[in-house]
Amino acid sequence: MSNPETSNNDHNQYYVPHLARWPIVGSIGMTLTAVGAATFMNSETAQTPVLMYLGFATLIFMMFGWFAEVIKESETNMYNPQVDTSFRMGMVWFIFSEVMFFASFFGALWYIRNMSVPWLGGEGIGLFTNSELWSGYEGVWPTNGPADVGGKFELIDPYHLPLINTILLMTSSITLTIAHHALVDGARKKVIGWLIATVVLGATFLFFQVEEYMEAYQHLDLTLKSGVYGSTFFMLTGFHGMHVTLGAIMLIVITVRMIRGHFKPESHFGFEAVAWYWHFVDVVWLGLFIFVYII
Amino acid sequence: MSHAAVADTHDHDHDHKPKGFVKRWLMTTNHKDIGTLYLIFALTMFILGGAMAMIIRLELFQPGLQFVQPDFFNQLTTMHALIMVFGAVMPAFVGFANWMIPIMIGAPDMALPRMNNWSFWILPFAFTMLASTFFMDGGAPAAGWTLYPPLVLQGGQNLAFAVFAIHMLGISSIMGAINVIATIMNMRAPNMGYLKMPLFVWTWLITAFLLIAVMPVFAGAVTMLLTDHYFGTTFFNAAGGGDPVLFQHIFWFFGHPEVYIMILPSFGIISEIIPTFARKPLFGYVSMVYATAGIAFLSFIVWAHHMFSVGMPLGGELFFMYATFLISIPTGVKVFNWVSTMWKGAMTFETPMLWAIAFIILFTIGGFSGLMLAIAPADFQYHDTYFVVAHFHYVLVTGAVFAIIGGAYYWLPKWSGNMYSERLGKIHFWWSTISVNVLFFPQHFLGLAGMPRRIPDYSTQFAEFNMWSSIGGFAFGLAQIFFIVIVWRTVKGKGTTKATSRVWEGAKGLEWFIPSPAPHHTFQDGAPVNDEHLAHVSSH
Repeated sequence: MSNPETSNNDHNQYYVPHLARWPIVGSIGMTLTAVGAATFMNSETAQTPVLMYLGFATLIFMMFGWFAEVIKESETNMYNPQVDTSFRMGMVWFIFSEVMFFASFFGALWYIRNMSVPWLGGEGIGLFTNSELWSGYEGVWPTNGPADVGGKFELIDPYHLPLINTILLMTSSITLTIAHHALVDGARKKVIGWLIATVVLGATFLFFQVEEYMEAYQHLDLTLKSGVYGSTFFMLTGFHGMHVTLGAIMLIVITVRMIRGHFKPESHFGFEAVAWYWHFVDVVWLGLFIFVYII
Repeated sequence: MSHAAVADTHDHDHDHKPKGFVKRWLMTTNHKDIGTLYLIFALTMFILGGAMAMIIRLELFQPGLQFVQPDFFNQLTTMHALIMVFGAVMPAFVGFANWMIPIMIGAPDMALPRMNNWSFWILPFAFTMLASTFFMDGGAPAAGWTLYPPLVLQGGQNLAFAVFAIHMLGISSIMGAINVIATIMNMRAPNMGYLKMPLFVWTWLITAFLLIAVMPVFAGAVTMLLTDHYFGTTFFNAAGGGDPVLFQHIFWFFGHPEVYIMILPSFGIISEIIPTFARKPLFGYVSMVYATAGIAFLSFIVWAHHMFSVGMPLGGELFFMYATFLISIPTGVKVFNWVSTMWKGAMTFETPMLWAIAFIILFTIGGFSGLMLAIAPADFQYHDTYFVVAHFHYVLVTGAVFAIIGGAYYWLPKWSGNMYSERLGKIHFWWSTISVNVLFFPQHFLGLAGMPRRIPDYSTQFAEFNMWSSIGGFAFGLAQIFFIVIVWRTVKGKGTTKATSRVWEGAKGLEWFIPSPAPHHTFQDGAPVNDEHLAHVSSH
């Protein structure tokens, strides 16, 4: 049998790559990032975390290389439908793991609002906690705790920027779905147009999100250190923002791939994976809008 | 019995292994090579974590401080646990999964072979980073493997390194689990229906689901520790409106499914070994599948039984107590099914069978002490004592580790092509089984008498049992060095005989119809699955 690395395009066989060059690069990148970040966090003096940036660069290099390899294999028809199914399952379960990651932060928010803050305010089992340790604390959300950690702060009005952002993200999900339908219909120009619209909507969302953070820090005195409200607000919206950023980069990648003529109406897993991911960050945002901003 | 080598005829020798160390091991995509890497890594970590346990038992040999300072002792208990859980037991099971699942379901390899490589090759980096904390200012994490705040936040530089190491382990576990799920759901040979799969495959499918569900939650919990420590958030600080107990809830929402992640694949291994040496199909195969799923479901709703004494509304105490009791039902189904499988079987007692039978007895002891701990009012007495230490070492050492060792003896002839020395294997078994009980059984009494866990010194009335426990510990540790010698000799073919394809007279399942050692690539053209080859189908 000939070397499967170069000529395994028999559609009846499951494609098993024979050398993985990129994982070890990824491991090194990951380690550099982690060691760099940990050293930076522990250092007393402010310094540029060179090691961390080097790690990031290595990870980006790895992703370019790895994805390029997979895209090349895909475009040269080395994958049969069974390989496609493996990729699909991989993406679905990866998104499920992301859901559980956000669940831990939503869970923390739920516990703090419904358990720990009322207890600190003297409800239920917190009677003596309140009277002996934090007497006078009322335990009403939003709060920065009985010790007023981070000082007085104001809230973001959900019906200005957050509402606009909700509309932006919802719309971007629609534009992406239009693009997907166009791809299935084989209308490539239309796909590219709607993809660009989606990217613009996502980028605008991120722009407003930065605007909102600046507003919070500069005018509302709401920071990451504003007690448990600041903690949950910035960690939830921050991790979401990071995911939107990642999703937007992924959208740009598939837009470029569309322009280069990749994807077929009947087979376009890369496109679908990005679309699923984008809908996922969309749903997380709905959760945020309701449970963090409005209620 | 005449079906041997049926699959062989379909296996043209694709045995071209990549040349050179880097290509063969660093860049491998072969499920068998990656499985071997996982197993070697797990054994290395087992020895490293075991060495820490030896120092712990040495210090506890008699009252007073002899060898190590209390802070270093705390670092040892913490790192011993982290290394054994994430470095030894979990990677060992992933090693078994890599080696056996594709063969058992007739797949050419794992579904995502490059990612499989990455899952493994994150581990050595992550553990190097974690172990390096021993040499930092303030030393390694010392708040116990549960990493409870506020204590863990007071420990110096190690926190960031430990948290990032845990993130990396989580990424590795999630990728490994995704691979297992995609392999089992997408790569089964034609005619390998779900209810024809060996139970080891079933238990791993369910374990993989647990991993994907809870590793991200653990990542979230340690991320909150990180930001509390370095960025001024107050998730676990009451002054800011948070709650240290919140960490315990999130941690154990991960932690309790995690303990099933460490035991479900053991159930799978035992369910493979027992029928082989009892020469009967597994009793109640379908009920075993449902019991595994039932245990997995219940594992999500019992987490606060680790926190009875921390302060919880009464309704919570009751709910978590009764929910925990429910677990004994599917677990009991399993134990009774294993016993029923052996009932009136034509039993022989080769080394893997001995480990499997010891597993059933000793794991059940661990299960019963778990039931005692699940009784909320009684737990107020047992909490944080050596009784807890005895309990989880019975389920993890005589449970998980015994299953791993039994599985290693069971499949080693298939992996290496050589039969281990039955005489040495039996010596290893009796040596380990006697010493492990000397090691852990007295700890029940110590705990009931009130000796707290995680302390380097103790009151003099605990001296005698501690001395026995330490003697058992040293003997058990030495037995595992002996195990390495046995494995080494088997792999190198010293004092061994060649293994047949079938290896065991009563063995069924696809892995026993390929040559020993298993060729580098199996089933490239799709495995022919004949119901008569399978262990469980003939019983229907």
